[in-house]
Amino acid sequence: MNKSIMIVGVGGQGTLLASRILGAALLDCGYDVKVSEVHGMSQRGGSVVTYVKFGESIASPIIEKGEADIILAFEKLEAARWLEYLKPDGKIIVNTQQIDPMPVVMGSTEYPEGIIEALKAAGADIETVDALPMAVEAGNSKAVNVILIGAMAKNMADIAKEKWIKALTESVPPKFLELNLKAFEMGYNI
Amino acid sequence: MKKLFLGNEAVARGLYEAGCRVVSSYPGTPSTEVTEFAAAYDEIFSEWAPNEKVACEVAFGAAVAGARSFCAMKHVGLNVAADPLFTASYTGVNAGMVILVADDPGMHSSQNEQDSRHYAMGSKTMMLEPADSAECLDYTKRAFELSEKFDTPVIIRLTTRVAHSRSTAPIADRVDNGLKEYTKNPQKYVMVPANAKGKHVVVEQRILDQIAYCEEGADGLNTVEYNSKKIGVITSGICYQYAKEALGENASYLKLGCVYPLPVDLIKNFAAECETVYVLEELDDYIETHCRKIGIEVIGKDAFTLQGEYSQSMIAKVILGKENECLKSGVNIVPRPPVLCAGCPHRGLFYALKQLNVTVSGDIGCYTLGASQPLGMIDTVLCMGASVSALHGRNAADPANAKKSVAVIGDSTFIHSGVTGLINIAYNATDSVVIILDNSITGMTGHQQNPTTGKNIKGEPANAVSLEALAKAVGIQNVIVVDPYNLAETKEGIKNALEADGPAVVISRRPCALLKTVKHNPPLKVNPDKCKSCKMCMKIGCPAISMKDGKAVIDFTQCLGCNVCSQLCKFGAIEEGKA
Repeated sequence: MNKSIMIVGVGGQGTLLASRILGAALLDCGYDVKVSEVHGMSQRGGSVVTYVKFGESIASPIIEKGEADIILAFEKLEAARWLEYLKPDGKIIVNTQQIDPMPVVMGSTEYPEGIIEALKAAGADIETVDALPMAVEAGNSKAVNVILIGAMAKNMADIAKEKWIKALTESVPPKFLELNLKAFEMGYNI
Repeated sequence: MKKLFLGNEAVARGLYEAGCRVVSSYPGTPSTEVTEFAAAYDEIFSEWAPNEKVACEVAFGAAVAGARSFCAMKHVGLNVAADPLFTASYTGVNAGMVILVADDPGMHSSQNEQDSRHYAMGSKTMMLEPADSAECLDYTKRAFELSEKFDTPVIIRLTTRVAHSRSTAPIADRVDNGLKEYTKNPQKYVMVPANAKGKHVVVEQRILDQIAYCEEGADGLNTVEYNSKKIGVITSGICYQYAKEALGENASYLKLGCVYPLPVDLIKNFAAECETVYVLEELDDYIETHCRKIGIEVIGKDAFTLQGEYSQSMIAKVILGKENECLKSGVNIVPRPPVLCAGCPHRGLFYALKQLNVTVSGDIGCYTLGASQPLGMIDTVLCMGASVSALHGRNAADPANAKKSVAVIGDSTFIHSGVTGLINIAYNATDSVVIILDNSITGMTGHQQNPTTGKNIKGEPANAVSLEALAKAVGIQNVIVVDPYNLAETKEGIKNALEADGPAVVISRRPCALLKTVKHNPPLKVNPDKCKSCKMCMKIGCPAISMKDGKAVIDFTQCLGCNVCSQLCKFGAIEEGKA
């Protein structure tokens, strides 16, 4: 069975690192893996999405509407933006952080209220994580991405925990390893 | 150990294994990482060239000298490099020469959606199109072999999804056969009319030879896979992957790894075996047109599209009539366009331009985002370098308003092709004011060094072009340097440039806030007791500032303490934070 995971968020939140760690852990487990990223202009504070697919043999690197087994959303509005990409029986993990897009900052529109409730009402299997205060507690607000990787790891029986730790260790600079391992455990133990 | 290779990284590995010795490129999404990864191999002389034309000519010179050579660029970069390409096709090579062009269907990070396959046909240059990272590596090596076999440059075409997807690729050792001997041969390398006439004959024969090679499958580049013959799919590159995922064994496939020249009999024979034949290709009807020309009835753009990317679900919907179920949240999805980063030095510059209410001739780079609201301070964007030349054109057409318009161009883009426009301004004398946004790096493509930064591709010290001296050398006497973090100074500097007689260059100088070497102040804070909710600080469009419960707040995770917003606050409500 091939599986599809989407990591969505706002440019600058560290979604690319998350997809690389996930890809490395999956490869280490012996799966065929494809990861698709978007670089360039959309990274500058825009909506960003990364696709990770794994299984016996993967053809297309991208994920389309109704295809994702898991969506890991780094931000609430981004969770709503990409919900249609979730399989009706898939799982969406949502960081409850709110980052106002420029039209909201400018006051030309409002940030939508009640996103989490709307996702639930749509029938999504949803898990919420309040990752920003956890990251601050771990020691750095930038560790939001690793908290969320931990939360996703708990939801993926496909990868043993030590494989995650190994991929994380190989992907972050040694001086930030302790912080990141702590953040991972916090996410994993929610 | 197995490793996931970015498509671009796999190309670089292919360069290494093929014994490539010289790589010269100009950055451009989605091609940039090829050259960055190539630069990590000590065996390869790698460089960032000022532009794609220079890069292509460097690769040509190296190939003639006997080194396997390479240059990479995005699709619009090939427009710049088209001049050497079209004639390098005539001269051919000595050691192999490979040109990589990365198209961007869907325009993730581009100003147009051109289809570079037309360049292969136009320049009569063989073009290969890989479909995943393993093929990126393999085709790169084969491209060098084919370049030498047929005495031609060979183009590798990627699209964003191949360049920026990761998949596994088997690796091998490097084979470097050293420099091939160079023999002087004017009939081959000196393209004056008498010699070029002879070479054109050679080129036409070469294409016939290549077609014959492609008919035989091009050593596995062109493959036929028969499953159900109800549906036949002719495709190449990433569309092959989409088709395989959508149709699996319900279709047969002719996968074209070589997209120029295209075979005739191979296609005819495949089509004859299948009931309904589809051509699946992003952008133009390039393969489809070829099929029609050789008398094969296919379904292509009538059922699909000339715009944007294809996908497995698009193919499943059109061919099988299948659609996935999906959940709907009913949430009003507010768009999230890209914005200038918090702390971006371009922000202060654009705010000053807004205060001066000028017409702005724009260019290609991060600062193109100055076109977005609430700044909205760019009037035109065309191509690299056009800001400067187009400003001159505007001022030639309407000299009375020359004092109300400026050009904005980044340091790297100015070197790429802005400097020629500036020479034109000085030579043909319009009162044009060109603002060079010098952030000490090539920003949008992800921080590449350039001839103004004082470092080469490996980060080693290098000659740095002085923008001030260059401007003066071409004849611009009035050169003003401002710090865009200082709003009053920036506005004053541009105002002075506009009011003075003659052309001027304003250098808005402040390094990119994302550079690791840049030290930041602690995040600023809004004192809610002093905030009068006037929203002045919102006018600069900083993503770190928003309104909560009627008061401005600054997101500590984003703010870099640039203090541009605090210069707008009349009430002193924006205070320095603690380290």
